[in-house]
Amino acid sequence: MPELRTEEMVINMGPQHPSTHGVLRVELVLDGEIVVDAIPHIGYLHRCFEKHSESMNDYQQVIPYVDRMDYVAAISNELGYAIAMERMLDIQVPERVEYIRVIFAELQRIASHLLALGTYGLDIGAFTPFLHCFRERERILDIFESTCGARLLYNYIWVGGLSHDVPDNFKNKVRDFIKYFPPKIKGYNDLLSYNKIFIDRTADVGVLPADVAVNCGASGPVLRGSGVEWDLRRHDPYSIYDRFDFDIVVGKGEMGTVGDCWDRYIVRVREMEQSLRIIEQAVEQMPDEGDVKEAIPKRIRPDAGEVYARTETPRGDLGYYIISDGSMSPYRVKARSPCFVHTGLIPTISRGAMVADVVAIIGSVDIVLGEVDR
Amino acid sequence: MKAPEEIYAILKERFGEEKIEFKEDGKVVPWIIVTPDAIRDVTKFLRDDDDLDFDYLMCLSGVHYQKENTLGVTYHINSTRKKHSLTLKCIVPEDNPHVPSIESVWKTANWHEREAYDMVGIMFDGHPDLRRILCPDDWDGYPLRKDYKVQEYYRGMKVPY
Repeated sequence: MPELRTEEMVINMGPQHPSTHGVLRVELVLDGEIVVDAIPHIGYLHRCFEKHSESMNDYQQVIPYVDRMDYVAAISNELGYAIAMERMLDIQVPERVEYIRVIFAELQRIASHLLALGTYGLDIGAFTPFLHCFRERERILDIFESTCGARLLYNYIWVGGLSHDVPDNFKNKVRDFIKYFPPKIKGYNDLLSYNKIFIDRTADVGVLPADVAVNCGASGPVLRGSGVEWDLRRHDPYSIYDRFDFDIVVGKGEMGTVGDCWDRYIVRVREMEQSLRIIEQAVEQMPDEGDVKEAIPKRIRPDAGEVYARTETPRGDLGYYIISDGSMSPYRVKARSPCFVHTGLIPTISRGAMVADVVAIIGSVDIVLGEVDR
Repeated sequence: MKAPEEIYAILKERFGEEKIEFKEDGKVVPWIIVTPDAIRDVTKFLRDDDDLDFDYLMCLSGVHYQKENTLGVTYHINSTRKKHSLTLKCIVPEDNPHVPSIESVWKTANWHEREAYDMVGIMFDGHPDLRRILCPDDWDGYPLRKDYKVQEYYRGMKVPY
């Protein structure tokens, strides 16, 4: 009997695929059900952020654009840009502003991780956790809304300060949330993290070894999921993060191998608890008096020079490389986005996986295409 | 942890003064300019040396310096174990923008170099897969050059801007 003829097959996953978290197209080369190669094609959402920034006639005007990069964690993007510009202009921000920024950045981290958790469950086939996560996320967005009026794209952190002061009952609202949230985390663990089906789908899938992760430039929960203890809040402190007590969560391979999808997932769940600890300390230490607009410069005209600043966003290490030529508009703004780097990692961890696991892998690196394409 | 001055001293010792230049303007972190022909050896040395141990490429950016008619690549590197960081630059003329790829040193450079090629038009020699990344494959010009003009038609469609 003659041998059956076999050949590799190329299929396109995306750009309109619910599990690619936006408009990502992955060209999959398959040998049966095994992935031989996965080639991501990006750029469908390219909005020329860097070119736009160069045509702004004020450095403050860039902030609404950075909001739209990682649109589910806008505060973190603003914070990074503001810190870069403050370093360039040598501005000392008032205490109160620093505390409000930290509280919002950590609330944003929780909101963003909740979205990551919920949609990850959805990718794997669990619908209920998504609804639970969104219920809690709404509470955080309500705090944002009562402060600056927006629920998603805030334009709240400005170079040198904030656009609004917080409302009178802000501290109580945050304290309520701190009380309300911890039992919910237990709920996610019961519902999703330690669910047999979920573990079977994610443990030992898409393993990213630590040395490869560092060499490929992974950061945030993806790097920590591989067992590397690296968090910019601790290792390259910015703002006032050196004042708070928190643990760096790393993947330990509890359900399978260190650096698998489950590790990356559980790092996010446990990071929410740590963020809550930071918020708790910040709310207690935050001064009640102070003008949040005090240090905002009337006119921003930095001397010629350049700055590189990086911050730990929910998705990893977000860097801004800003060059000034001494005029009112930036000469060059480059954003080093963690999602861009992580999308580049997808081929490395997908080779040899089953085609159904590609969905689990893409979900576990938690990319937002708005930031990949900028 | 080492300051950029100390790292410069080590590099000068190893690669000679003509390949490496130290720049400082007193305001920001100083940077080191490396000639394009030495960049791959220098970065490999920075990565493999036990005292320097730069294992992490934070950012690679292409820049167009219009006044000088040059293009530049800026490398921001960092060591996760030794906790120090460094800025390297490579400057090439606009009419012959060839820089050796450092993809073999840090894999992060793969996509960042593609982006610098796509946006600023720097050719990275030795890159395994130098294609456009954000723009379509058949796009004309390099958008982040200061003298960039958008093409009027793309495949028969008017480009509205």
